Amino acid sequence: MSGVDHTAALGGDTPLFDPTAPLTATGNLRRRMFVSRLVDGSAGIAALVAVALLGIVLYAVVSRGAKALSLEFVFTNPQGLTGGGIFNSLLGSFEVVMIGAVIAAPIGILTGLYLTEFAGRRSRTGRMLTVALDVLQGVPTIVTGLFIFGLLVIPLHQQSGIAGAVALAIVMLPLMARASQEVLLLVPASLREAADSLGVARWRAVLTVIVPAAAGGIITGVILATARAAGETAPMLICNSIFNPNTTQLNPLHGVPNVPMLIYTAYDLAVPDALTRLWGAAFVLLLLILIANVGARLLLARSRAKMGGGA
Amino acid sequence: MTAVDEPIPTRVRIQTETLPTQLPARTREEFEIDAVRQAVFDIRDMSVHYGAKEALTRTTLKIYKNLVTAVIGPSGCGKSTFIRSLNRMNDSIPAFRLSGQVLYHGHDVYGPGVNRVEVRRRIGMVFQKPNPFPKSIYDNVAWAPRNLGLRSHLSERVERALRQAALWDEVKDRLKKSALGLSGGQQQRLCIARAIAVEPDVLLLDEPASALDPVSTAAIEDLILELKSRYTIVIVTHNMQQAARVGDRAAFFSLDLTENVGTLIEYESVETIFRNPHDQRTREYVTGQFG
Repeated sequence: MSGVDHTAALGGDTPLFDPTAPLTATGNLRRRMFVSRLVDGSAGIAALVAVALLGIVLYAVVSRGAKALSLEFVFTNPQGLTGGGIFNSLLGSFEVVMIGAVIAAPIGILTGLYLTEFAGRRSRTGRMLTVALDVLQGVPTIVTGLFIFGLLVIPLHQQSGIAGAVALAIVMLPLMARASQEVLLLVPASLREAADSLGVARWRAVLTVIVPAAAGGIITGVILATARAAGETAPMLICNSIFNPNTTQLNPLHGVPNVPMLIYTAYDLAVPDALTRLWGAAFVLLLLILIANVGARLLLARSRAKMGGGA
Repeated sequence: MTAVDEPIPTRVRIQTETLPTQLPARTREEFEIDAVRQAVFDIRDMSVHYGAKEALTRTTLKIYKNLVTAVIGPSGCGKSTFIRSLNRMNDSIPAFRLSGQVLYHGHDVYGPGVNRVEVRRRIGMVFQKPNPFPKSIYDNVAWAPRNLGLRSHLSERVERALRQAALWDEVKDRLKKSALGLSGGQQQRLCIARAIAVEPDVLLLDEPASALDPVSTAAIEDLILELKSRYTIVIVTHNMQQAARVGDRAAFFSLDLTENVGTLIEYESVETIFRNPHDQRTREYVTGQFG
């Protein structure tokens, strides 16, 4: 309407903008810029809140737990109700979690392999199995604990480390399977194609090419799932909570002292000395899980870099 | 410059009574070559569907021993579908369906009781993008022999494959290093070495040089000419000069314009395809007027 009609020669349309105007935001671009900043900002704040929460939890645990922490606290057994260290619980937790991991890892990894290598990417069985794993992952751990209580504790007439370990294995299994599935899907299809084209049976290719290529990621998934299960309390409470809290007892057929139960009973006592121990044990547990997490992620980054070179 | 190691004898004695007199010229060529060459593949009326979509229709041709058969044609005309159907690499594609017959030395590749792992053990393949395993150079070549039970004289076998693939001199001092550190051209020659380490009968090359620079491409082409004395080679290529340089026979595929389905238009010696094609569509394609 205004100025020279540049498009007159093309049919008399009004130009959409004046190409000679300065290159600053005009018209509804200003509004869009504002909306963009708003969305950008709120997303950033939300992310900050999530990190801050971790920070606050860490601070709460470290500031209280550090006071209790000493070599003696880590390497001696408890004395009386509120004295001594947590050595027996650390050992016991390690044992129970390891038994659980040894049960869950082979099943979990093989399930991941079945899903990616044998079931077929878009098969019905594969999809249903994936959903089933997600449901299993969502089952409240207290329900898992009750299930094992009925399955192992009642028939054997006693709580035991092994019952706790099996319950933890059920917690770990879907995590390990899905993590294995995720990293196996990252192995380039071209490697499977290459292996297929050489006339070698699929299972040999899986064992000698595909699993080695994804090994770093699979191990990471196993460690993360194990770390996640290490802090599970409900299954311990139901399946593995009857033991002498002051002695080292590692026979898995009986109750095995463990860190979550130690924290829980210290909390239940509700006396100041017990609270110090509680925070100390929480600190140690958190520290171990953090180390496992960070270590696992470093491992994953390394194996991803290795795989990226192959793609 | 077209390479034909053994020119098809023009004075082959063909019993005249078996040869109909008004045969079109290309069928005559077919007859002549049939008389001197053993057919490795006898593909009869092969059609391929992906679900409801027909990708390749009613293809009939023979692939001859120790010749390089070049498969050319525009994108989407079914070249890859064709070559991947020969060693059942399409089996993993959901809804893949093949009708007709693919006879390999007389045995139906898709027949009952046929094991596709065994099919691929005899019919090796090299892909467009180099896909070495994330292993050492040595282990890449040794992998298939090891898994197929060819463990004796393994390092000699690896060396021979690498020599045949014209890669030995470049890698002999770093066999234990990762194959991923090689250049693209070297990786592709490694993939060829890996494929020939198990001494297959046929080598299928699906655009083996299309991701490579001209120097590496020339190396691969020289290699193909070297290898054809031992292997029967089928090569898919977008590059018509390449087809003319390495091929003995060429199959031109194109899209059928009414049905939009990959169709074999013409299958002849490369001389015929590039100098004197019978079909107008082949002529337009090889002279660069379409595609």
